[in-house]
Amino acid sequence: MSSNLANEPARVVEMFRTMLLIRAFEEAAGEAFHAGHVRGSVHQYIGEEAIAVGVCANLRDDDYLTSNHRGHGHSIAKGADPRAMMLELFGRVGGTSDGKGGSMHIADFSVGMLGANGVIADNCTMSVGAAQAIRLLGEDRIVVNFIGDGGINRGPFMEALNWAKVYDLPVLFMCENNQIAATTTTRLVTAGEGIAKRAESFDMPATTIDGNDLFEVDSTVARVVEEIRNGSGPQLIQAMTYRLRGHFAHDPAGYRDPAEVEDALGREPIARTEAWLRENGVGADEIEALKSAVAGEIAGYVDEAMNADWPDGSLAFTDVQDIGAPSYPGAGQ
Amino acid sequence: MTEMTYAQAARLGLREEMARDPKVWALGEDLGYEGGMAGQYKDLQAEFGPDRIVDTPISESTIMGAAVGAALAGTRPIAEMRFSDFAMCSVSELVNQAAKARYMFGGQARVPLVARMPIGIRGGIAAQHSQSPEAWYVHTPGLVVVTPATPADNRGLLKSSIRCDDPVVYMEHKGLWGVSGEVDEDDQEPIPLGVAATVRPGDDITIVSWAAQVAVAAEAAEVLAGEGILAEVIDLRTLYPWDRDAVMKSVGRTGRLLVVHEAVRVGGFGGEIASDVAETLGVPVARLGGERIPIPFSIPLEEAYKIKADRIADRVRQMLA
Repeated sequence: MSSNLANEPARVVEMFRTMLLIRAFEEAAGEAFHAGHVRGSVHQYIGEEAIAVGVCANLRDDDYLTSNHRGHGHSIAKGADPRAMMLELFGRVGGTSDGKGGSMHIADFSVGMLGANGVIADNCTMSVGAAQAIRLLGEDRIVVNFIGDGGINRGPFMEALNWAKVYDLPVLFMCENNQIAATTTTRLVTAGEGIAKRAESFDMPATTIDGNDLFEVDSTVARVVEEIRNGSGPQLIQAMTYRLRGHFAHDPAGYRDPAEVEDALGREPIARTEAWLRENGVGADEIEALKSAVAGEIAGYVDEAMNADWPDGSLAFTDVQDIGAPSYPGAGQ
Repeated sequence: MTEMTYAQAARLGLREEMARDPKVWALGEDLGYEGGMAGQYKDLQAEFGPDRIVDTPISESTIMGAAVGAALAGTRPIAEMRFSDFAMCSVSELVNQAAKARYMFGGQARVPLVARMPIGIRGGIAAQHSQSPEAWYVHTPGLVVVTPATPADNRGLLKSSIRCDDPVVYMEHKGLWGVSGEVDEDDQEPIPLGVAATVRPGDDITIVSWAAQVAVAAEAAEVLAGEGILAEVIDLRTLYPWDRDAVMKSVGRTGRLLVVHEAVRVGGFGGEIASDVAETLGVPVARLGGERIPIPFSIPLEEAYKIKADRIADRVRQMLA
């Protein structure tokens, strides 16, 4: 692994801990879904943790992030509270969105997390607008726009690339290429060479990296974020990765070649980061203690969420709009 | 009082709000050199700069979506869509994003944007430039829908819409761009949203309308007055929230309601008003709206679509017979 972090094992340990936290959160969310405690759909980020963590480690709290349906990892890495997120998945009081959003609409504006999004690539247009606001207000934030490989065939993605370049906006398009859109292999439905080439056609610098290599993600994003903050204009990073689970928790992913999954497991980011830590003097005991602490933390959130209050039905009628706000007709009506 | 057109009044209102609040800005196609389709942005780019009157590519999704992102990030954007027909390319950004961000995120977000999308028949621009889809947005929780009918309203309601913390779908009527009226330039107060205007008082029947159709309803009322029928004409001005109190009060007095709109009658917003009034007051109600056909091009075809004053007067006579 290439690394600019060899002298910062404490920082790597912290990033590793966040990766473990995301993995444990997603495993627990999947289990709660299968047990019938979480409804709707849960899109797990398992196998892609190094990207969110490597990206967000290089952002400030006030930088903006926009996300997609697979947003739990992005949210945790940006600093959203996993306890409130778990309550949200369970639809209980204290959730990030008061139970109005659920898994696909996690947001935490206090840490610049402007929302996960259920409509693929719509966030691209919102990101460039947030960047225009940054400029208008004279701020020095940047915007990171997460998008998957499936999103690059939507018009708004291409509109937003053009737009970001035309107005020279401080946006990082962070493409997580897990090579599959729900059940469809992306390359079978994508003309041309794909993501990086599309960015380059707009004269936008594009860098392709191994997204399962925490150190490559970290060092590349550190460089690109600094360039963008210093006025380089928009850039795109394509992080190659692999979705180790189905599209959502109830997708057994039977369309996949078991050999491909087996191969991907050998390159998954948590084991690789753990191996690096072991080679760099972090003991097995310390790693086990980390894992155990994270598992306990997440188990506590699940336990709390299982026992938390359900919101009152009247809450469904709040935060719709100020002018013409709805009124609660009352239970049973 | 100053005589000015509907378009000039809109420009005045926007200019006042941009001068008042540096967070207000507009983005859309052809706002700089052209100054907007009717001059409603004329010379504002020179005055406020290209970062506040932004000429954009033909990228409707991003015009609207960028406005959503910019609103979430603390500014007050006006997304100029030129035609409500073109705004259909950005329905996801408006309906899935702008209208729902506050709700989905549990109140963390506000989306104070104005989605400006002119409606209606201007004459000879046919099926993809003449539609009146206001009912689509009235139907969407989270949105405010505004339809100004006069120059003074197009200044004052635009100002309120810009100051509103909710996303506002602001639907000027293209047929009104050149219509003149009195505007009090010294009075910079916005006109509140959700408050209807009584255009003409009367005791025999209430006619509710909005946008360009208001003047047609008033023309019919004038004809009817000559026959001794006094129709009260109400311009709704804001479609959501509509001024239910004003309408109920008026119909409570007149005992009859006719709703008239240029938009297609089937599934049109007139149906909601008529039903609510009938359910609440139990009085006779009726609707007039366009037939369910695309807006045609040729003059006699286009004229055949329109709801003219004589048809409104006939319907009123039937209701009073």
